[in-house]
Amino acid sequence: MNRRLVKLAAVTFVAGTLALTGCGSRADTSSTGSAAAKKVAKIGVIAPLSGDLSALGLGIKNSVDLAIKQANDSNAIPGWTLVLAAEDDEAKPDVGKNAATKLSSDNEVVGVVGTLNSSVAQSVTPVLQPAKIVQVSPANTNPTLTQGKDTANPARPYDNYFRTCTTDAVQGPTAATYLLSIGVKQVATIHDKKSYGQGLVEAFSKAFTAGGGTIVAAQTINPDDKDFSAVVTNVKAASPAAVFYGGEYPQAGPLSKQMKAAGLNVPLMGGDGIYDPAYVDLAGSAANGDLATSVGAPVESLSSAKAFVAAYTAAAYKDPMGAYGAQSYDAANAIINALKVSLAKATDAKSARGDTVTALGSVSFDGATGKIAFDKYGDATSKVITVYKVTGGKWGTEKILS
Amino acid sequence: MDLFWQQLINGLSLGALYALIAVGYTVVYGIVQLINFAHGEIFMVGAFGAFATWVVLGSPKQLSWQAAIFGVLPAMILGGMIASVAVALLTERLAYRPLRDAPRLAPLITAIGISVFLQEFVRLFFGDIPGMPDSKRAIPFPTITGISGEAWHLGNVTIQLSSVFTIGALAICTVFLWFYVNRTKTGRAMIATSQDPSTARLMGINVDRVIMSAFAVGAALAAVAGVAHGLRYGNIDFRMGFLAGLKAFTAAVLGGIGNINGAVVGGLVLGVVESMATTFIPGQFGSPAWKDVWAFVLLILVLVFRPQGLLGSKGVDRA
Repeated sequence: MNRRLVKLAAVTFVAGTLALTGCGSRADTSSTGSAAAKKVAKIGVIAPLSGDLSALGLGIKNSVDLAIKQANDSNAIPGWTLVLAAEDDEAKPDVGKNAATKLSSDNEVVGVVGTLNSSVAQSVTPVLQPAKIVQVSPANTNPTLTQGKDTANPARPYDNYFRTCTTDAVQGPTAATYLLSIGVKQVATIHDKKSYGQGLVEAFSKAFTAGGGTIVAAQTINPDDKDFSAVVTNVKAASPAAVFYGGEYPQAGPLSKQMKAAGLNVPLMGGDGIYDPAYVDLAGSAANGDLATSVGAPVESLSSAKAFVAAYTAAAYKDPMGAYGAQSYDAANAIINALKVSLAKATDAKSARGDTVTALGSVSFDGATGKIAFDKYGDATSKVITVYKVTGGKWGTEKILS
Repeated sequence: MDLFWQQLINGLSLGALYALIAVGYTVVYGIVQLINFAHGEIFMVGAFGAFATWVVLGSPKQLSWQAAIFGVLPAMILGGMIASVAVALLTERLAYRPLRDAPRLAPLITAIGISVFLQEFVRLFFGDIPGMPDSKRAIPFPTITGISGEAWHLGNVTIQLSSVFTIGALAICTVFLWFYVNRTKTGRAMIATSQDPSTARLMGINVDRVIMSAFAVGAALAAVAGVAHGLRYGNIDFRMGFLAGLKAFTAAVLGGIGNINGAVVGGLVLGVVESMATTFIPGQFGSPAWKDVWAFVLLILVLVFRPQGLLGSKGVDRA
C-alpha cells in the first residue's frame, strides 16, 4: 500500500466520521390518549436527549411532558388535545436545525420548548421564525438571541423567540459581583469557544474589571478535549484566586478535577451550564468549594415550585428534572396559556401559529419559578440569580441575588 | 523554566497515551497494510471493559493502596484487555478477513463502519448490561488509591502519579513488545509475514494466526491506554476513542507507519508539541485553541521533508 492511500484514508476517515456523527435523530413522541372528537395540537421539544448533556435535555423533555399531561387532564383548552413531539438535537446546531425543519413541516405543531444550548438556538430559531412557530427556551442565556448582536442598541432579531431564564448579561456580572464581595480580586477565565461560554466569560470579565478586579489569564479549551493539563499549567502560572469557566459540566467537571490534581487549589466558578449533579459526579471530591450561578431562585425555596416538584416526583420519570426542570415547565405552560387564546377560535393548528406568537407576548401567570411574563424583547421579566456552592459532594444554595 | 518542565511532563504523559494507541495502528498496518480506523474504538472498549471488571469485583472503594495497586488495578487491566482483544479478534474474523483479497478501499471503509458501529453499540447497549450505568453520557472511572489524584511536587513542578503510570506503562509495553517481536517464534513469524506473506505461508507460517496476533497485541496495548485514560481524566465515554484514535493515527504516521519504535516516538513528539505550543508560542497563535494546528503543521512538515515518517525506512513500502 502506498502513502497516497494513507493520506486518502485519513481524509476519508475524517470526512466520513464527521458526516456520520452528524445524522441520526431520535424522535420520541408520546401521546397522552386522545378522544376522537378532539383536535390535536403538538408542542415540540428540541433538546439534547442523548450525549453528554442529556441529563439536562431529558429533564426538559419530562417537565414539558408533565405540563402537557396536566393541561390535558384539566381540559385546559376545550376541544383540543395537546401532544408532545420531542426531537433530539444532540447539542449540535446542525442536528437541531434538522429537528426544527421536521417540526415546522408538521402542520399540528404550534410551539416549541427549547433549546438547551444558545449555539443550537442560533440555527433553530431562524427555521421556526418563517413558520411562525413560537419558541420558548428554558435555558438559552446568550443575550444576542433577544437583544441582537449590538447590545448597546438592542433590536429584537426574532419575534417568535421567548425565554423563561435570565441572560448572561445578568448572570456574568452577578458572578463577578459575588466573587468581588468575597474578596477575590484575581481571576483566570477559561471558556469553550461556544456561544454560551464565550458570552458568559465576556460579560463576566467586563463587570469584574469594572469592579476593580484583574483578569490574570484568559484561556480557551476545545470542547472535544479530555486533557486540559496544558491549559491548567498556563493558568496556574498566573496564580489566580479563582477560575471562572464559561461552558458546561461535561468539560467543567474534568477541568476542575485536573486543576486540583495539578495543585491549583482554587475554586472553579461557572454559570448555569455547570449547575448539575453530574458536575459533581465528574469532578469527584475536587468539586468541593466550586461555585455556580444559576438563573431563578432555588426551586426548593419557592412555595410555587413545590407543587411542580411533587408532581414531577409523582409522575416517576426515569430521569431527574435537571437544572432547567422548573423553567421548562414554565415555558410549556406559557405556550399552553397562549394557546388558550389562539386555539379558542382556530379551525386547525397551523392557522393558530401566528396568533400564538402574539398571545405569548402578553402572557402573565404564576409559574413554578415565580411570575412568568416577557418584556418587549422576549426576555423573562424576572431576573433573579442564585449562587450555589458544592459542599460535601452536593450543590447547596449560597446566596440569592437579584 | 518551571513552566517548561511542567509542560514537558504534561506533554510526555499525553504523548505516552497516544503512543500506546498508535502501536495498534502500526502493528496491524505492518502486517496487512490496513489502516484499522476502528482501533480508537478498541481503546474505548478496553476502558469500558476495565470499568465493567471493577463493577463485577463489587465496585471496591476506599481500599488500601496495596490492595488497589496490586489487586484491583491488574484485574481491571486484564478485564480491559480481554474485552478489547475479544472485540478486535471478532472484527478481524467477521469484517476484515472476508475482505482480505478485496481492493484496499473496501476494508478501509469497513473499518470506518465498525468504528461507528462500536461507538453506537456501547452508547445504546452498555447500560442494558445488568449492573452497568447508562453510557449515554460520561461515566466516572473508579479511583485507584495511590494513583488517582495523587501527585509529587518537585519545586513548582507537579507530577501526577497517573502520568507516571501512563509513562511507566508505555515503557513496560515497549520492552515487552520488543521482546515479543524479536525474540519469540510468533514475533519472528510476524516480521516474516510483513516482509512477504506468500513466502511466509510457503515456509509453514500460519498467516491467519499471525494476523490475529497482530490485532490482539494492538488491542491489549489499547486496553492499557484505556485504563491510563480513565485514571488520568477520571471519566470515560463512548466517544473517547474518536479524537484519541485520530491523534494516535497521526502519531503513527509521524513516526513512520509500520514501524513500532516510530509509533512510540511519534506519540511522544506529538504530545510534547501540543503541550509546548500552548505556552511557548507567543500571541494569539499560542492559545490552547491552536495546539492542534501546530501538531498538524508538524505532521505536514515531516511528511513534506521525510515522507516515510521520522523512523520509517526510505523506499520500503512495507514495514
